[in-house]
Amino acid sequence: MSAMLEIAALDAYYGRAHILQGVTFAMNRGEVLALMGRNGAGKSTTMKAIMGLVPPAGGTVSFEGQRIDGREPFEIARLGIGYVPEDRRVFSELSVMENLSVAQRPARSDAPHWTPERLFQLFPNLGRMRDRAGGAMSGGEQQMLTIARTLMGNPRLVLLDEPSEGLAPVIVEEMAKTILALKAEGLTVLISEQNLHFAGNVADRAAIIEKGVIRFTGTMDELKGNEAVRSQYLSV
Amino acid sequence: MIDLILNQTLNGLASASSLFLVASGLSIIFGVTRIVNFAHGSLYMLGAYLAWTLVGRFGPTDALGFWGGVLLAAVLTGLIGVVIEVLILRRIYQAPELFQLLATFGVVLMLQDVALGLWGAEDKIGPRAPGFKSFVILFGNRFPTYELFLIAVGPLVLLILWLLFQKTRWGTLVRAATQDREMVGALGVNQRLLFTSVFAFGSMLAGLGGALQLPREAVTLHMDLSMISEAFVVVVVGGLGSVTGAYLAAVLIGILHAFGILIFPKITLVLVFLVMAVVLVVKPYGLMGKAPVGHQRAHGPAEPLLLPADGLTKLAGLIGLIILALAPLVAPDHILLTLTELVIFALFAASLHFMMGPGGMASFGHAAYFGLGAYGAALAVKWLGAPMEPALLLAPFLAGIAGVVFGWFCVRLSGVYLAMLTLAFAQIAWATAFQSVDLTGGDNGILGVWPSAWAVSKPAYYYLTLAVCAASIVALRLTIFSPFGYGLRAARDNPLRAEAIGLDVVRIQWVAFAVAAFCAGIAGGLFAFFKGSVFPTYMAIPRSVDALLMVLLGGVQTVSGPIIGAFAYAGLSEQLMKLTMYWRFVLGLSIVLLVVLFPRGLVGAGLALRERWRKEPEPAATLVEARP
Repeated sequence: MSAMLEIAALDAYYGRAHILQGVTFAMNRGEVLALMGRNGAGKSTTMKAIMGLVPPAGGTVSFEGQRIDGREPFEIARLGIGYVPEDRRVFSELSVMENLSVAQRPARSDAPHWTPERLFQLFPNLGRMRDRAGGAMSGGEQQMLTIARTLMGNPRLVLLDEPSEGLAPVIVEEMAKTILALKAEGLTVLISEQNLHFAGNVADRAAIIEKGVIRFTGTMDELKGNEAVRSQYLSV
Repeated sequence: MIDLILNQTLNGLASASSLFLVASGLSIIFGVTRIVNFAHGSLYMLGAYLAWTLVGRFGPTDALGFWGGVLLAAVLTGLIGVVIEVLILRRIYQAPELFQLLATFGVVLMLQDVALGLWGAEDKIGPRAPGFKSFVILFGNRFPTYELFLIAVGPLVLLILWLLFQKTRWGTLVRAATQDREMVGALGVNQRLLFTSVFAFGSMLAGLGGALQLPREAVTLHMDLSMISEAFVVVVVGGLGSVTGAYLAAVLIGILHAFGILIFPKITLVLVFLVMAVVLVVKPYGLMGKAPVGHQRAHGPAEPLLLPADGLTKLAGLIGLIILALAPLVAPDHILLTLTELVIFALFAASLHFMMGPGGMASFGHAAYFGLGAYGAALAVKWLGAPMEPALLLAPFLAGIAGVVFGWFCVRLSGVYLAMLTLAFAQIAWATAFQSVDLTGGDNGILGVWPSAWAVSKPAYYYLTLAVCAASIVALRLTIFSPFGYGLRAARDNPLRAEAIGLDVVRIQWVAFAVAAFCAGIAGGLFAFFKGSVFPTYMAIPRSVDALLMVLLGGVQTVSGPIIGAFAYAGLSEQLMKLTMYWRFVLGLSIVLLVVLFPRGLVGAGLALRERWRKEPEPAATLVEARP
């Protein structure tokens, strides 16, 4: 069986800065892959390029065997890829329910179907503040709302950009549980992460990116056992 | 007395309704697409013309014929909006916002000639509305029932808009997109469809506003620009993106007009200006507006660095200047006249470029300062009996002082707010010149502004112009590459960091604004003596747009651009005017095509070619989004 997501020789620029320089990796169905690397290594850009938010300058992105590079973000989203940006980007003037409704898509046979009620079981906090404006929520609540919002599109693959960043430790733990719950639903999850401990808790495999190039791919255990790779690419 | 006050209040409320319809449409479109639709006044005008035709065809006395005609006119205007969006705007959503404004101004020009071609130059008088032909006695005065109807329309539409935005999925999507349209796309919403529908809806509101004016005032070809400048004021005062704010501001402006005409008939616009000034001082983003936050698109791609001219460019400039200086030896007088005008426009364009390029402040009303320079010279001649030399010296100061006063307000805003405010100020300057008949001769202008004896001959005046303009342009260039110029560019690129290193951003921009106004005034003064007369049209919107076109045609990120742009544009428009009666249409079409094809301007396109040619290594400093 072929991989769910295949990224080959992906190039991307911001202006003239060459951010992604031939990024290549693949994801299997149902796994959680942690894309790791320091600040500015190209983690967020990789996600944006998959999503079509940063137009790839070269290389290919294939989802379920179908080329998606060069397509518009909304088309990519409708194919079943959900994107959760690192800076949350909740619609601050819209209520929780309205935030969810923006992303609502019809149910699909090959992915779990989410309704607000089902999401409120996963995120009980959100259920208690349905009419609260997105801008009036705490950072952790906003992070949960962005994930819930993305799930409303019934994705098969979820891109989670730095889900643990800037959250209180107790919320980070909750976040880890959420990711594992999504995995249990059968979703495939790509997270970008700097924190090895957090990644170790949720991910099956890791890919390490540095200066726009993938330097390592392997299982979490392989990474934990590889002191050289860790100190070269991850330690600050 | 109290009767009069109540009566005028009602009048103000009635006139506020159409203003609100247009302004809310403008505001909604801006919210989602981030495009300030200059052509919104034109859509309002088309709505009125279409209603005139349709109501006439369906039978103006029949209620169904009249109201059916009005509604159909609104719907058709919405469809015209779809055509504009699909054919033009869709291609330029990624372009810098100035180019978008410019493209919509191209549409203004085109629609003006379309209306002229279809309906002719004569004003059209519409029928009165069936069922609203009578009047009621209110406070001892006769008050038309149609006015009462209009008063009700405003809040009614406000309510409908509120329901639409709060209670429908479309409304939710529009509100979400207003905040972060990229994210809305990433969540699977087809932005294209959303943008088109929003543009159609906003256009329909403008068309309805125009159609409803039919029983109230004559339909003319001037409705577009007069409406758009008022709508800009309303949107700035109300707060861009806020529909409720637009209503409040429309009522405020409407009532102000109603009373202003009664109390200070000659300075109604000054009154509006004063109120706007007060509002903006207290609330810089308007009554209901919020400071722009979060994921706003930057002003196009990162600005390439302006570098001091290299040897080649200097040489080219010098050769150009020598050719210009030698021109009188061979060129006949009529060519010299054209050249004199071009040189003046080059300075005018360079002064605008100074605030737009390095300053990052796009002015849509730069003609105000050009015109004030011209009036400064003419008034000195007329009222002080000054000869040319002192009048020319005095002229830029009138423009400069206006720049100091207007600039104080403008630099507190940025981007499209600033552009709209500059336009409003220019409109006020124009109206003041137009209305103050005693001082300025109003529409008849000031005649007999002739140069001194030594400068009367064409070559002599040409040399005077060339010397003054070349010196001013060189001075502007030197300023761009002085510490002040670097500070200005720092303030443009990152106001927060510029302040953090101790630059007084607002003050730097204020000074730059005043300098640009002063230099435009120099050009204006020269122009007054060149033409021998001064008219309010020197300050009108089309002249401001001329300057913008020159700068953008040349390319805003280059220093030599405005000069080349001035020559290219002034030459082009003069030829067009000779060729066809519908020159506006051709000009508008050229603007739209230019924006779609060359988003970096002529010189910018040339530079891009050169870059590709040389495969230059990356410059040491490029502006890159800080986030990975």
